[in-house]
Amino acid sequence: MSRPLTYEVSRFLAERARWHPLEIAFWVAALASVFLLPAKHLILTEITVLALFALSLDLILGYSGIISLGHAAYFGFAGYVAGLLAKHAIVSEPVLALVVSGIAAAVLGFVTSFLVLRGSDLTRLMVTLGVSLVLREVANQLDTITGGADGLQGIVMAPVLGLFAFDISGHVAYVYCLLVLFVLFVVARRVVNSPFGLSLRSVKGNPLRASAVGISVNGRLVGIYTLAAGYAGIAGALLTQTTQFVSLDVLSFERSADVLLALVIGGTGYLYGGIIGAVLFKLMQDYLANLTPQYWQFWIGLVLVVIVLVGRDRMTGWLDQVRTYLARVSPRATRRVGAVGASPVDGD
Amino acid sequence: MLTILFDGIAYGMLLFVLACGLAVTLGLMNFVNLAHGSFAMAGGYITLILVNRIGVPFFAALPIAFLVTALIGAVFERTLYVHVYAKPHLDQVLFTIGLVFMSVAAVDYVMGSQQQYIQLPDMLHGQFTVLGVNVGKYRLLIIGICGLLTIALQLILAHTRFGSRLRAAVDDPRVASGLGIHVNGVFAVTFAVGSGLAGLGGALGAEILGLDPTFPLKFMIYFLIVVTVGGTSSITGPFLASLLLGIGDVAGKYYVPKFGAFVIYTIMIVVLIWRPQGLFARATAR
Repeated sequence: MSRPLTYEVSRFLAERARWHPLEIAFWVAALASVFLLPAKHLILTEITVLALFALSLDLILGYSGIISLGHAAYFGFAGYVAGLLAKHAIVSEPVLALVVSGIAAAVLGFVTSFLVLRGSDLTRLMVTLGVSLVLREVANQLDTITGGADGLQGIVMAPVLGLFAFDISGHVAYVYCLLVLFVLFVVARRVVNSPFGLSLRSVKGNPLRASAVGISVNGRLVGIYTLAAGYAGIAGALLTQTTQFVSLDVLSFERSADVLLALVIGGTGYLYGGIIGAVLFKLMQDYLANLTPQYWQFWIGLVLVVIVLVGRDRMTGWLDQVRTYLARVSPRATRRVGAVGASPVDGD
Repeated sequence: MLTILFDGIAYGMLLFVLACGLAVTLGLMNFVNLAHGSFAMAGGYITLILVNRIGVPFFAALPIAFLVTALIGAVFERTLYVHVYAKPHLDQVLFTIGLVFMSVAAVDYVMGSQQQYIQLPDMLHGQFTVLGVNVGKYRLLIIGICGLLTIALQLILAHTRFGSRLRAAVDDPRVASGLGIHVNGVFAVTFAVGSGLAGLGGALGAEILGLDPTFPLKFMIYFLIVVTVGGTSSITGPFLASLLLGIGDVAGKYYVPKFGAFVIYTIMIVVLIWRPQGLFARATAR
């Protein structure tokens, strides 16, 4: 009795997790940008870092429905860790330093997750915002270690794996970031398509029913929050490593808000939203900052208001149409339509 | 010691007037309005323009600030906010953050990014000593005005027809509307008054809290703490939470200047561990 069922389940999971041609095309395009757009590598690096950061936010927002106003806490914390590791030559090899910073952020995420998981949406907003503000204040006060408001200066990065030195035009940095993003994306994809990821979706859908079928709701949320904090940390460490500088700005509220906006532009709950959103957000930011250097925040705000008034579902609606079309041309993709659909995040 | 307590109470009272509108709108419509600070900032800048540029007396400028901000609040509520009530919290958060960013940049553009001060009448400067307590005249004024407002709000809530409608709507909007209470109308009025109070708080607080375009961002966390710690089911909760926060913040910044900024977060974390639903919240289904 149980064997055919487990077989069915594993077949279903494998079906969900299969790579779609469109996804492969996406990554081929990303790879092509390395060779085709060498002059744009500096902004592409920024996009990649933001994409990874948005991906980490998607893990908690899109897959478990936690709204965070302070995701920059983990980003900035690991940014400082990476900066200090490199400055004092504690761990000078970038990849290893990246892993250490990511783990540091994940530990912070694990500890703070117990605060975040208490109470309602409103409490979560306050706690996530509070955590990032506390860290910012700590970084500000410990100016002997962090450089305070001046930022942490004098970071010199060793070559990646001891072979590839960072160059001034950012080619190595871009390839490095893109590879990290790809590896972490594959891991995240694996996680959300695993039974763990499925149980997260059920927790997001209805925590009460999820716990009734035997899912430990808090355990799942702690798990994904820790993972997302680690991801955000790696994004922050990447930023430090590629810019060789870190300042209080990495912990600011604006950074948390920016990543939220980037993710929302791309759509939540299907992993690519963060990456697509990061591209659109950076292009938009670049354009607006050229237009009105000082007041571009106004237009970012306007975009947010318009997105909400128009409706997020309609903003990302074109993606659904693409999927429906794909489902028609390849029957194999039909099951995916429901699985990867950008479902609206319910806050209740 | 008592001076710090006095300053803390003034600060807390100010926070209450700033945040109570948010508490009521949140409790009533379950609507997360992060842009509440923008209304406070609007009130501050309206007073600034009236007093410094046009030369309106300070005491006449305060009610104008209240009325104009309330009007702005009502217009925004009817034109924009009303579309967002039924949406999930994420949309409300995004929407109101967008408004905050727009207000910050717009004020920066119109008024400049520097810190501004409202010219106070001479009689409000300085301080006097009563029984060893240094009483700042301006702070005394704040306590006076905010105290009267608190009493007035409590009386309105407890003893008027509108107050009982409001309480009914907070308790259960569906049943309230079933009884013929026009919940949306009640909410629009409450939103306008809450915005007006925030504007008044912003006008009064410009001297103590400072007034620059980043005001809504800087005080967002204070409002959130007041509302979450105090709960949204009454105004007594936010009132006590404001006092706690105000006294804690002032005392922290005075006694341990280096770590003063952490005191409010410590309060927040302790309360959260001890009473996740807020200090004074009733256990409700919502």
